[in-house]
This record gives sequence, C-alpha cells and structure tokens, in this order.
Amino acid sequence: MPGQWLPAGRAQAVSTQAGQRAMPVNNSDDNPERARRFRDAALPYLDDVYTLARHLLRNATDAEDAVQECYLRALKHFDSYRGPAMKPWLFAILRNVCRAEYARRAGSPSAAIDELPDDAEQTPLWHEAQETPETQVLRSRDASTVRRLVAALAEPFRETFVLREIQNLSYREIADVVDAPVGTVMSRLARARAMLRSAWMAEEEQPK
Amino acid sequence: MTCDEAEILLHALIDGELDAGHAREVEAHVAGCPRCAAALADYRAMSKAVAGADLRYTAPAALRQRIEASLPQARAPSRRALLRGFAMGSAVSAIAATGLFAIILRGDDEARIESEVVSAHLRSLQAGHLTDVISTDQHTVKPWFNGRLDVAPPVVDLTAQGFTLIGGRLDYVDARPIGAIVYRRRAHIINLFVAQTASTERHAARIDTIQGFNIRRWSERGLNYWAVSDIASDELAEFGEKFESTMRGSSAG
Repeated sequence: MPGQWLPAGRAQAVSTQAGQRAMPVNNSDDNPERARRFRDAALPYLDDVYTLARHLLRNATDAEDAVQECYLRALKHFDSYRGPAMKPWLFAILRNVCRAEYARRAGSPSAAIDELPDDAEQTPLWHEAQETPETQVLRSRDASTVRRLVAALAEPFRETFVLREIQNLSYREIADVVDAPVGTVMSRLARARAMLRSAWMAEEEQPK
Repeated sequence: MTCDEAEILLHALIDGELDAGHAREVEAHVAGCPRCAAALADYRAMSKAVAGADLRYTAPAALRQRIEASLPQARAPSRRALLRGFAMGSAVSAIAATGLFAIILRGDDEARIESEVVSAHLRSLQAGHLTDVISTDQHTVKPWFNGRLDVAPPVVDLTAQGFTLIGGRLDYVDARPIGAIVYRRRAHIINLFVAQTASTERHAARIDTIQGFNIRRWSERGLNYWAVSDIASDELAEFGEKFESTMRGSSAG
C-alpha cells in the first residue's frame, strides 16, 4: 500500500511553531523563499533520486513513496544542508528512508528481501571467479539481461554498484552516502563486480 | 603487487580513483598477469554494457506533482513578491509598468513573468541595448554565457531556416539574471529568453499576446523558454518549432 510506511512525514507536520499561526501545514517549512531555494536545489535531482529508489527497492510503488518521503525530510532538514553536493545529500536521506522500508518488509510475512549471509563481506574475492578460464571474454548481453543481473545483486553490493555505475558518484561521495569508510566502499564495489561477472558468465552457459 | 591487492585496485583504476603512482603499479601487475588482465577487460566491458543498458528511470509526472504540491511556494505569489516585481518594472519602463500593473492585479505569477519578458524585449530594442555579445556564430555566443549564468542556454544556428542569429545578452527577469539569445527575421527582432526551472517536465508551447507582442512559451529539459517578437504569431510559432526540432536533432546526434 502506498504511504503506509510514511508516518514520519505526517508526524513532522506538527511542528514547533504550531501555536503562532493557525495553518494546518508544517510552519517551519512555511517560507516561500526557503521553499523556492529548496525546489531549485533539490528538484532537478528527482530522476536521480527516483532511479536510486527503484534500484534499492525494486518496486515502483515503494520507490515513489520513498522518494516523496525523502523530499519531505530533505525540506525539513534543508537548513542544516551545508553542501557542496546536493545529489549525495539527497541519496543519503533516501537511503535512510529505504532502510525503514527494508525493516518493514523484514517484519512482514511476505518479506522479499535479500538474505545476506553474515560472512558475505568477508569471503575472499577470488572464490567468485576462480573457476573462470583466463581466456574467456565476456559476451555482450542485452539490456534486459543486464537489468536483471544488476537487480539480482545482494544488498549492500547493489547499492554501491548503482551509486558508482549509474549515478557516477566518486568513492568519497559513496562513502558519505552509505556512511562507511572508503575502504569498505572499495571492497563492496569489487565484490559487486565480481558477483556480476560470475552471474554474467553463468548466463552465457545457459542455452537460449 | 599481489593478485589480491590488484583485485581491489583494478576497480579504482577503472573508476579513475587512483593516483598516477598506484595506477602504474596496477598496470604493471596487469601486464604480467593474464588472470587480472582478463578481469580488468571484463569489468571494463561490463561497465560499458551497464552504461548502455539504460538503467535510469524517469520519475512519474504524478510523483513530481505530489512533491511540488507539498512545497509551500506552490501557492500564489506573496504580496511582497508582487510589489517587488512591480517596483522593478516601474523603474525600468513606465510603459511596461502600466501593463505590468494590470497583470499583477490578476495575481498570476506566470503572466507577471511574461510581462517582464516583454519589458525586457522592449528594453532591448532601445539603442545599444540589444546585444552584449554580437556574433552570428553559435560557438561564440554560447561560451559567452559561461560564468554569467548558472545555466548554459542552448544557442542554435537557424540561419538556414530563415532566422539569423545576431548575438546574446544578459537580462533580468523576475529579479534574476536570464540569458537572452537574439535572432532576426527580416527587420524584426526575436528575443529568446532562457531560464532554469526546477521542473524537468516538458510543457508544450503556448502563444500569448501582451501589448501587441507575441510570446511563445515552452519548457523542455529543465529550461523555460520565452520567445518574444513583434512578428506574426504563426511566424513566431515557426521559429519555436524550428528551434525545438534543431535542439532535438543536436542532442540525438
């Protein structure tokens, strides 16, 4: 159901200055000039934020709700935004929104979320591609196959992969978004690509 | 360098995150290690394939509208904003201000901006105000805007279509700097005003008439356009259509 996991935005509408004016909106945000600045700064990234939400949640309806909640929260916290890059800042907010959605899914009986083994990040990388013949070269895959392979990557590898390959963030920016050291970003990205490469090759072995 | 080290640093090499010294070390390892060389080639091919697979999504229009509607300034412009607009108009041109006043009383933000655009057009026709940079070369006019605006207004040559590019100008509309690209049709001047918009939605063109001037207004790819001229509305429509189709042609190619 759209909107059912969005209590935070509603709760925020009861704001600190509620007594000063009898308006049923969030008074701390009731400043057209501030809202205009926010709109000019944040709305141009709507497609980027929506793209990330689609890849993180893999569901169009949930992605829309998450993006709307992200912009609500971003507007609320706009005063604490110090730049320089708006896009990673929005991504970090979106990511927090998405984590709430993961938690909700995990709590529901029909949860469809990746089960990530505890040791997944510690497994040596070479275990992935060791069986691969050195001479084999990746064959090109059609776009829908690429989309499916990327969607099949487990969190948090898909997240890092999408931030790098689709959103073109630097390692430093990714580290800020996912709140992890750059070294972790590097190992997740290496692992994401190694997993994708294995899946890519396995795909080739299946008869069409 | 060992394969274990290279396996991580290969990616930093692909992503342009390595300094020159480390990049050389990784490249040296790859040159002597067929397994790492194969991995590097595969990862590069994968990155290319992912980039070509169009994994980007466009936010649905309904979502954009919901978010825009939740922002406070979606309401009518404040009285203060209107007065500011009026003060600016009156300072600029008494004639324009008269028109501006009538339109402001309607409280319509868009009409106010259109009226300011007409004022700017009138202003530009006064001696010596038409162009800040005079050139029939789009590659001279476009870079001139760099650093003067927070957007790069598209400058296209429409000489072959009967509209001669004569230059560019920095103008002020809605109390903000705006790019104006100036074209000529026979003896008539067309000012094409370009400003950034927060919305990346495409708005189909609309033609209005204010104070005897025709305005063709449209939006595309995060930019608002107003073409203003005293040429007939069908000629102005033709100008807009040719501009739009040339823009589409240049971005597709």
